[in-house]
Order: sequence, then C-alpha cells, then structure tokens
Amino acid sequence: MARPMTMAEKILADHAGLTEVVPGQLIECDLDGVLANDITAPIAIKTVREIGAGVFDPTKIFLVPDHYSPNKDIKSAEQTKVTRDFAHEMGITHYFEQGCMGIEHALLPEKGIVGPGDLIIGADSHTCTYGGIGAFSTGVGSTDAGVGMATGRAWFKVPETIRFEVEGELPAGASAKDIILYVIGKIGVDGALYCAMEFAGSTIRNLSVEGRLTIANMAIEAGGKAGLFEVDDVARKWLEGRTERPYREYHSDPDATYKQVIKIDAADIVPQVSWPHLPSNTHPVAESRSVKIDQAVIGSCTNGRIEDMRAAAEVLRGRTVDPNVRCIVIPATQGVWLQCVHEGLMDVFINAHCVVSTPTCGPCLGGYMGILAAGEKCVSSTNRNFVGRMGDPTSEVYLASPAVCAASAVAGHIALPSDL
Amino acid sequence: MKFNGTVFRYGRDIDTDVIIPARYLNTSDPAELAKHCLEDLDTTFVKRVKPGDIIVAEENFGCGSSREHAPVAIKAAGVSVVIAKSFARIFYRNAINIGLPIMECPEAVDAIHEGDVVDVDADTGVITDETTGATFQAQPFPPFIQEIINEGGLVARTKRLMAQKNAEA
Ligand code: SF4
Repeated sequence: MARPMTMAEKILADHAGLTEVVPGQLIECDLDGVLANDITAPIAIKTVREIGAGVFDPTKIFLVPDHYSPNKDIKSAEQTKVTRDFAHEMGITHYFEQGCMGIEHALLPEKGIVGPGDLIIGADSHTCTYGGIGAFSTGVGSTDAGVGMATGRAWFKVPETIRFEVEGELPAGASAKDIILYVIGKIGVDGALYCAMEFAGSTIRNLSVEGRLTIANMAIEAGGKAGLFEVDDVARKWLEGRTERPYREYHSDPDATYKQVIKIDAADIVPQVSWPHLPSNTHPVAESRSVKIDQAVIGSCTNGRIEDMRAAAEVLRGRTVDPNVRCIVIPATQGVWLQCVHEGLMDVFINAHCVVSTPTCGPCLGGYMGILAAGEKCVSSTNRNFVGRMGDPTSEVYLASPAVCAASAVAGHIALPSDL
Repeated sequence: MKFNGTVFRYGRDIDTDVIIPARYLNTSDPAELAKHCLEDLDTTFVKRVKPGDIIVAEENFGCGSSREHAPVAIKAAGVSVVIAKSFARIFYRNAINIGLPIMECPEAVDAIHEGDVVDVDADTGVITDETTGATFQAQPFPPFIQEIINEGGLVARTKRLMAQKNAEA
C-alpha cells in the first residue's frame, strides 16, 4: 500500500510512473497536454526548433492566440503568424483561429480538451484553472512549454498541499470570486507559495463548475502551484458529453498529510474588493463605496463564463451605465458569446450602454480594448491589480465579482447590486 | 561562476508586470525587453545598471505572470544574479531554464544595502558584501537543478537526452 496521499500527489505519482511521491521530491512526468498563447508560443516554438525533433504528439498541444488577438498591431500579427504557421506545419489539432477561439483557460475546459486527472502545463500562469475540474495543471515559462511540446515531459517538485475547508452558506450577493479574494486576503500573495491548494467543504460542493474554475484560476495569486477540486456529481454532470477522452478521478485519502488545513466559515465571506496594487489587499464592498470609477471590465479567464455573464446581466437589466463610466463586457469564448445571444443577454448589455467585445484578453493585461489613462480607476472581474496592469502606471484596478462590477458601472462608484 | 557588481535593492512582491510591462510583450527580442526592464518601478534602473550588477530583493520576487520575458529582460539588462528572500515559483523555474542565476538568502537580503559592491560565488553559494565585509551562505540548489544549470539550461539538457535516446534506438 502506498502512503496516504493528497489528490495532487496522486496525479503526479501516476504521471511519473511511481506508486507514491512525497512533497519536495523532484520527479519527471508524462504530460497530457501543453498549452501556449500568442505571447508565449513564439518563444516556446523557438525552443522546439532548437531541440529539432518536432513535437511529441500534435493532438496534445494547445495553441490559443487570445492575448493580442484579433491582432492588435503589426508586432502582434507577427506573433500570431508564427503560432499559426507552426500549428499548420506540425499538424497541431488544437489550434484555435480567431473566430473559433476564446480565452485559453475558459476555452479548454469548455471544449473538453482538458479533463479530470490530467497533468497539463501551460505557458501562462493561469493554467492552474483546470484544477476546477480535478486536473493538475500549472503555469510554466516558454522554455518549459517548448521542452514539453518536444518531449511530452516536464520536471516537477512535488508540492505540499494546503487544504481549505469552506463550510456553510455564503451571505447574500457573495460568489465564488468573493471566496478566492477572501482566501488571498487572508493568506497573502505568497501564502501558498510552491503549494497545491485543495478546496473542500459544503460551500465548495454547492458551487457550480464555473465557480470552481474561478477559484482555481486565482490559486496563482496566492503563489500556489495548483488549485484543486475533487470531481463530484456536479462536475460529472458538467463533464457529460463534453470531454474528448476518458478521464480519471482522483480523491485525497482521508489520512493524507497536509501542510496546513484552513477552516473558513462561509458566513464571513461578504462581497470583496481587492484594492490596488495586490490581490491580497481585500476590503468588503461596504468599505469601498467612496471609490469613484472610470471603467468597469466584466470578462477574463477568471469571470468570463456564462454564469458570470448572467450575473452581470441580471444587475444591468433595465438599467444604464453611469455616463462617466465605460463598461466593457467580454464573453470569454465564442461559445459563451453565442449563449449570451440565445439568452438575450446581448440586448441587456447593449441597452445598458456597455461595450461588448469579441473574446480576447484585451484589457485584462493592459493589452488593448480598454486601456486606462493616468489616474483612472477601474473595477474589474479579472485577477490582477498590479501597478500598470491595465494601462498607465498611475491608474488603479479594483478586483471584484461580475455582479459588483456591473453594479459599480451603474452607480459610478464601487457598489453592491443591492445599493441600486 | 563568480559575479561582482553594484546592488540595486528592491522590496517584496516585485511582480512580472513591473519587471517587464505587458505593453512591451509584443516582442521577444531580449535587447528590446532590456530597455524597459523594471520601468514601472524604477525609471532610472535601465540608465544606471552596468553589466554584472546585482538585484537584491525581499520575498516573492517575480510573482505574477509566467512571462519568461521577465528573467530574460533582467539578464539582457546586464544583471548577473538576483538575490532574494524567496522567489515566485514560475519565475524560479524560468530563471533556471534560461540561465539567470538566482539565490535565496534572507540573511544577505537583510544586511546588504543599495549601492553596496557584492561578490557572489554561485558554486559555493558564498555571498560577500565588499562594502561592509560581511559574508553570507546561500542555500545551494538541489543536485537535479544543479544538473540543469551545469548543462547550460533545460534546452541543452533535453537535446543531450534526445540524442542519447536516438543513439540507443
Ligand atoms: S484573461 Fe487575463 S489573466 Fe486570463 S489569460 Fe488572459 S491576460 Fe491572462
């Protein structure tokens, strides 16, 4: 019998061909997939070319131009061209052309390209998102991704696991985003450095898969290597008919060893806002109402899924955005966009005077489609509020849930839907 | 490997957005990236840094995105080694993979001042502050990582392993 292990340890052990692993152990693993985007793929491709042996499996490489695409300028056009040409040359099956694409971390789970039990690396820090459906996925740099594309393998240091047990009912107006902002506020931006974060408890079991993906997405904002959720009936139902390949469920042993178990009472998680310039700088919305805003962004790999669009639309229905605010709504994938059309949410957004954009990362990383001028303030459903993240270095980003972003857009200052 | 240079000292949680802002990510040319290194944190850095100089910072250096452009920009700006209390994990991997020497040494970080001249022996992990005369011992890398560094980075190691595999086949 192997020693009792956490789900992170089990996934890594299986992919290393070992019966057990211990935290701190350095292992080499077989990968189920390697991801890169238009910013990181060109450098990874250079690495693949330098190694000179092609790619290990053209069906297990995922190339998603999403950061500056549709092409923002000539340089971005060159970057997507390098990515596109490589995809065609190597016969990569999961290359997503503009028009079929979406933000990578929303797209891959939605299309069933990543699934439970997978070990995935991606040249993007929010690759940790797929832990929401029980995969061990983690962000790496372009060199790791390039070597992964060439060999199908990567080295890992087995992380310790911190378990977060969230119990009880969330207060009115609080969502998955508020849970993760609250956790980061509690433990800090390096509170889970080098660790896997495992989420459990009744509050978590009651979350939708979309909500779990939101939480896993921001594990990196606490320094985490991965954010993991066990597969349960909610996840199984969501995965039905979606996954490309058979998947494998991993569950932590009840007597597994954790670095720490942190118990959280859901009742404490009132709607949160992370003030500039760190995601850990959290305050209740109730203490943030004096912040006047110039822009609201609703979208990104954190909160650009259909449930997020519904939450924003519910607030915006029959209302209009404050005339001094630009409200930018970006469904994360073509699939989400189409669903918004079917459900009539586009009418709601446009009637409320929102800008609605084709799927792109755009403003989330200060790329384009909503850059901030000096001194401007933005409330955003994205995941980072670092200095200069969305534009001028003197601009400010406040992180919040889609519902709070929508309410703030209407109010002209940070607000709760119930304030309207 | 030995390094000697003047220290630029920064605080904790130096993130990849200030190391190299996203507005410059539409290129991956190291020389181009180096021109904007740390621009949003310290506009004088690029003007003052000389080849061999050393960055000393508090906890969680390099947090944020996975962009390899961050260690690449630092290396191309001429920095020989980054000494911090701790590194964000993706930055840590990336630095090793692209050959930017990094060291974790909280005691050294606490004692070294901006502008000190510091000598680093990467093989032994000994850090000497020549301005004050104090010496510190940094944690050496585990052997597996040392192997990657000794081989000249992850790409060189992979090339050797692939060639070995082909020869055996
Ligand atoms: S939406 Fe933002 S955080 Fe997510 S992948 Fe794009 S740039 Fe990164």
